[in-house]
Amino acid sequence: MNIYAIRAIYAFEMARTARTLMQSIIAPVISTSLYFVVFGAAIGSRIPQVEGTSYGAFIVPGLIMLSILTQSMSNASFGIYFPKFTGTIYELLSAPVSSFEVVTSYVGAAATKSVVLGLIILATAALIVPLRIEHPFWMVLFLVLTSVTFSLFGFIIGIWADGFEKLQVIPLLIITPLTFLGGSFYSISMLPPFWQTVALFNPVVYLVSGFRWSFFGLADVSVGISLAMTGVFLVISLAIVAWIFRTGYRLKT
Amino acid sequence: MPSIISVTNLSKTYASGFQALKNINLDIREGEIFALLGPNGAGKTTLIGIVCGIVNASTGNIKVDGHDIVTDYRASRSLIGLVPQELTTDAFETVWATASFSRGLFGKRADPAHIEKLLKDLSLWDKRDNMIRTLSGGMKRRVMIAKALSHEPRILFLDEPTAGVDVELRRDMWRLVRSLRESGVTIILTTHYIDEAEEMADRIGVISKGELILVEDKAELMRKLGRKQLTLQLQEKLESIPSALSAYKLELSDNGNELIHTYDAREDRIGIAALLKDLDEAGIRFKDLHTTQSSLEDIFVTLVRDGK
Repeated sequence: MNIYAIRAIYAFEMARTARTLMQSIIAPVISTSLYFVVFGAAIGSRIPQVEGTSYGAFIVPGLIMLSILTQSMSNASFGIYFPKFTGTIYELLSAPVSSFEVVTSYVGAAATKSVVLGLIILATAALIVPLRIEHPFWMVLFLVLTSVTFSLFGFIIGIWADGFEKLQVIPLLIITPLTFLGGSFYSISMLPPFWQTVALFNPVVYLVSGFRWSFFGLADVSVGISLAMTGVFLVISLAIVAWIFRTGYRLKT
Repeated sequence: MPSIISVTNLSKTYASGFQALKNINLDIREGEIFALLGPNGAGKTTLIGIVCGIVNASTGNIKVDGHDIVTDYRASRSLIGLVPQELTTDAFETVWATASFSRGLFGKRADPAHIEKLLKDLSLWDKRDNMIRTLSGGMKRRVMIAKALSHEPRILFLDEPTAGVDVELRRDMWRLVRSLRESGVTIILTTHYIDEAEEMADRIGVISKGELILVEDKAELMRKLGRKQLTLQLQEKLESIPSALSAYKLELSDNGNELIHTYDAREDRIGIAALLKDLDEAGIRFKDLHTTQSSLEDIFVTLVRDGK
């Protein structure tokens, strides 16, 4: 195991975050705060409690998920796409590092950022709305698992992308709609029965639901299923990454 | 001398169907400077790419110090430093950070003293805290060398190290390569500046259209394929070459003030001794003489043109 390499890449990626503090941390915090103001304070004040929780508090887990999903993907995809774009990837390919070490360091760094970001948003939210976290251990577990899974997914996008446009297209056209329709801002029990069934095909529903359960003890689907689904995404992403490195897809000619 | 890199039956066909390398067999000896010459698109960079792990081979295998580059990539790659042709650097990193990063990436414990020495040797010490994007092209080239040497490799690949660099940097680079060789590092450089290979290399390989058409000791190559010229500066102008000397390949130039004798370097030297004697007998006196040898460039051009 090339520990020095893992450490070097991880530190390199974290330094990149520090350099781009504005877009990595501050921007998501600002946009999340805006959601709170609009949905929580302005509109939310006219919405009665949802399942025993004020609407402002109810949307907190969904908002954190929304940020984590998009930020994990954009961080991880950019982290591996940019060296491909500039050509500095040559060094990574010629280094005595295994694919496991490469993935651990890039995905580890992206996931770390996401977890930190999630906690910052949580802290920001706690200043605005009264919050309670019933299952802190599960809350952290969902946070970490989701960050890792979507960082892996972002890593795959970064390797697949051969232009800046492709880097944006999946997050923008697939993940963002799925997140908005995944119960970030509402409980899917508010939907008409037909759409409730449709929603169950949306993977993000399970992530948001499980995460919200860890806060308020209420969930759209059972927490066991949420956890299982998160695990399934994780395994699928891992399998794709393993295939990429075995074949050299988009990395080596 | 034992070989440190051993390439066997290596071929590479890209997905486009382009065959970049055709059945290459090559042994690089430990501690030598090997120059790989060839026109653009001959396959030099592909060959280096495969040894370093950037490009997958289609067939054949490569061993680096006995380690297979595919099954034992960790051992083989940690011996190699690579300076690619393109100036690809992390624009927003500092010189110090990028060199330290490379060392870690290649599995070596941090060693600030080594990085410091390296940056000083490469005249980068003053720039250590500068972002790479603020450096000139020549400085960036030095940074790439520092990265390649950061993990103390035993083999250094220099892909077109002096393409587009100024004379001073070129001389620095040559000095560096020589001092590395003295410390036991094996150096493989590609170039299309032939004078560079002539100046630096112990052995020369010529690659053209994916085929290694020749591998030879430089001195041997020059001796075998080189032509020599003896130029005599005459004391008195000659109108024409005396018939007594018609057996020699002689030319008059500089308005009859110079007599030029062209001969094959492999011929025995008796030819010159005889010529000088015959000149003396013909009453032709000269005030100075010098010999010139055809350059590697001439040899190379002939080789690639004829495809051997």
